[in-house]
Formats: sequence, C-alpha cells, structure tokens
Amino acid sequence: MTDDKTLGERLRERGVSRRGFMKFCAATASMMALPTSMIPRVAAALEQARRPSVIWLSFQECTGCTESLTRSHAPTIEGLIFDHISLDYHHTLQAASGDAAEHAREAAMKQNHGEYLLVVDGSIPLKDDGIYSTIAGITNLAMLKDVAAGAAAIISVGTCAAYGGLPKANPNPTGAASVSEIIDDKPIVNVPGCPPIPTVITGVLAHFLTFGRLPELDALNRPKVFFGQTIHDRCYRRPFYERGKFAETFDDKGAREGWCLFKLGCKGPTTYNACATAKWNEGTSFPIEAGHGCIGCSEPGFWDKGGFYEALSKGTYGSAEGIALAAGAGVAIGAAAAMGSRARQAQADRKEEK
Amino acid sequence: MNRLDAIPIQVEDVGLPHRTENLQPLMQQVEQALHELVEHGAETVIDLSSMPFSEQDEKDLRARLGAGEVNASVMAFGPTLVQESAFPGVWLVEHQNAEQRRLTLQLVVARVPEILMTPPDDLPDSLAALRRANAESFDTPGKDVR
Repeated sequence: MTDDKTLGERLRERGVSRRGFMKFCAATASMMALPTSMIPRVAAALEQARRPSVIWLSFQECTGCTESLTRSHAPTIEGLIFDHISLDYHHTLQAASGDAAEHAREAAMKQNHGEYLLVVDGSIPLKDDGIYSTIAGITNLAMLKDVAAGAAAIISVGTCAAYGGLPKANPNPTGAASVSEIIDDKPIVNVPGCPPIPTVITGVLAHFLTFGRLPELDALNRPKVFFGQTIHDRCYRRPFYERGKFAETFDDKGAREGWCLFKLGCKGPTTYNACATAKWNEGTSFPIEAGHGCIGCSEPGFWDKGGFYEALSKGTYGSAEGIALAAGAGVAIGAAAAMGSRARQAQADRKEEK
Repeated sequence: MNRLDAIPIQVEDVGLPHRTENLQPLMQQVEQALHELVEHGAETVIDLSSMPFSEQDEKDLRARLGAGEVNASVMAFGPTLVQESAFPGVWLVEHQNAEQRRLTLQLVVARVPEILMTPPDDLPDSLAALRRANAESFDTPGKDVR
C-alpha cells in the first residue's frame, strides 16, 4: 500500500547518500533518454516523488515481460525504481494467492481510485466471451474493464498487451486483442517488445514519477524517447551497411567480421526500439551484437510478417513492390526499406497531429 | 554435457575494430563545449550512453583525450570513476552500480565534475556530526566555533 515517504527519503533509508542520489538521477535521466541539462530537474522531482499504487495484470502471456524487469541482480536503477512503486497486485510476484490476492487488488482499487497506474502484460481473448483465459473465475476481459475504470493511466507492457502479440498471430484461436482495442477512454502507453527492455519499462515509470504525467507518445502510443528511431538508425553495424558490406550467411567472412545482417533478415530498418543503445543484460549487448538480426518484435504483427531470415527486400514488410525493385542493389535495399518505414512513421505522425 | 567448456565451439576473435564514426563529431562537440567553458563558464555534460558508441570508439576516445593529473573514485551507490583528460577541464566520468557494471559514461566539460563536490545539503549535517564527534571524544560540550 502507499505511504507518505518520498523517493529521496526512501533511498536515504537504504543508505544512498546525496551524492549517490545525484548519481542515481544522472543514470535515471540517461535511462529516460533526457538531455543531461535535465538532471537537476529530475533530481528535484524524484526527491519529492510519492509512492504510486500500481496494479499489474497478467493475461495471455508467457511471463517474459516480468522476467525481463525482475531478472536484474540488484541494486540497479531499474530495481530501485521498481522498489519505490507500491505494487499492490501482481499474481506472479505477490505472496498472497486466491481470495487474499483478489481482495488486495480490490482494496488497492478502492483506496486509490482514479490515481493508480494499471500495468498490463499479455493480450486479452475476446472469442466466446473471453472464456479462454480467466483469473479467479473472472475473464481477462471483465477484469481489464473493471480495473481500467479506476486507473489514472495504463501501461501496456510487451507486444502482446500493446498489439496482441503471439496469441493474436494467425489463426488467433482465442480472438486475442490488445488493451487499446478494448479500452478507449484512458491514456494508454504501449511499451512493446518481446520482451520489452527493462530500462524502457522503468523509464516510463520514472517519467511518471518525475513529471507526474506520461511521456510524449508516437502514433502507436509508444514513448518517443525510446521508440523515436529505428534499430538501424543507431546500429553500430550501420557503417558496413553504408558501404554495402553484408553478411550472406551466418558463417561467412562477412558474418565473422561483423558486417551488416540485412540480407540475413535483419528487421532493424523497420523496427522502432532502443535495443541498440539501451542494450540488454545490464548493457552487455543486443541481438545484432550477438550476431543475429533484429526480428522486429516491437512492431505490430511481427509474428505474421514473413520469415525472420527473409530479407526485407523480399517484401515481407511494407510495400513489397517498392522494396523488391531495389533488390540486388546493395545499399539501396536497406535504404528502400528504411525509407518505407520512415514514410509510414511520418504518415502516422501527420495523422497524430490532425 | 553440463559445462560450458564441454561445448565444442571455438570462439574466434577476428580482432577487427568496430567504429561508428561518431568520434570526430564528438571531439568537435567537446571543443565547442570547452570554448563555452572558457568564454562563459558554461559547463557541459555529454551522455555517451545515449549514442551509438562502440568499444573501439571508446578506446579511440580515451587515446585521443589522454590522461591528466587527476584520477579519482567516488563510492556512492557503487563506484564512480573520474579521470581528467590531458586537456584540463575535460573529464571522463563513469558511473557504475554496486556490481561494477556501467550505468552511464559521461564526458564532462567543467572545472570540477559535480560528483566530486560536496553536496551543499551535506554541509550542515557534516558540521553537526563533527561537533558530536568532538564532544564525545574530548568530553566537552559541542558549541559553535566562530
């Protein structure tokens, strides 16, 4: 449950000094992709930040999103931010079960009505009145509508909650849908990814703690600070792409020498996410750095967009005709895919402005 | 098979550097920041974690900046390593967590990076603590020394 302690007080109770707090703020600002000039403002806001109530609902999902967030070895920035929130319901993490767990959720909803954050991971089955996934005898659909009604905002964590994800993949036997297909009267932030990057999840929470509002979003309701650029835009292999140097197989000279993985199916040019800079496993690397192309897991319908090892030039994404015309032209292949992606993003942004 | 070294895969280090070609514009940005410090006293912090910057880029950057007279470490919420470059006023500041994993790497253009300075709010607490310590050690009542 919530209490009156600020984040600053809570950190000092844990032995974090003021100098340590400034460092925490510098790292948090970096995590939120804010300019360093914002660090003093972040510090002042976080010092006074109160503990928000968070209800986390897990529907048709694999628990990978929760694993992503909690698999840090501590003490990390993600851990400290996560510790600060009052996580009043999360049926994977909470000790209570059965009636006690559901009572905790109902109590948190009543006590913090209109103010709590609702985090959802997993998609929601709609077919046959949503009977394919239930918690405590309540369908995911009914629970989502009930809890969303009193929420200040909703964070859809992971591609399943944001777009339907794997459960929605063809033939979608349960009629899986995203949160935003069901709830249309609440602010919704999509944090897609399969799973999403933990620092992006906590970056959104930190932004809420810092500024008291949700971050600026793109046309797909993704935070622009993390999803404003493609993987390709920030990929360290991009110089090879610019020179037209591509790996043709996973064990050729190009692959060994770290050349661009575009021809091996990398979806980096059409995928908006922060993997190339935020990275994974506490900044160790990201899939392309490990030698595998991006599979585009943070984009809607990624599972049904053709083979992961089919190059974008084969027309699996975007305008097949337009991109296929450029096939075989080296750099032009990626350029066509990236331009197609940018055109769609620009079109979406224009639509958003209207 | 339950040991990593039992897996018959040989990791081949081809030893080829990956460069993002961001070093040159970064160095020009540092030059501009140093100019602002000299002319207007304006400090700049550049977050290297927010841009594509490879290990090789970082090696190249450190080689270009060289090492100056100050090398300090701060233990607060994990270590912070502060290295003055051969260009006074240009510092590399690496914040790490308690497990010594990097949180951020910053290029700080300032006379002294803020992390090395005593936080102002610590000063009254420090004075009170010192008075208590003196009073306990020397068996005299703590009072203002003016």
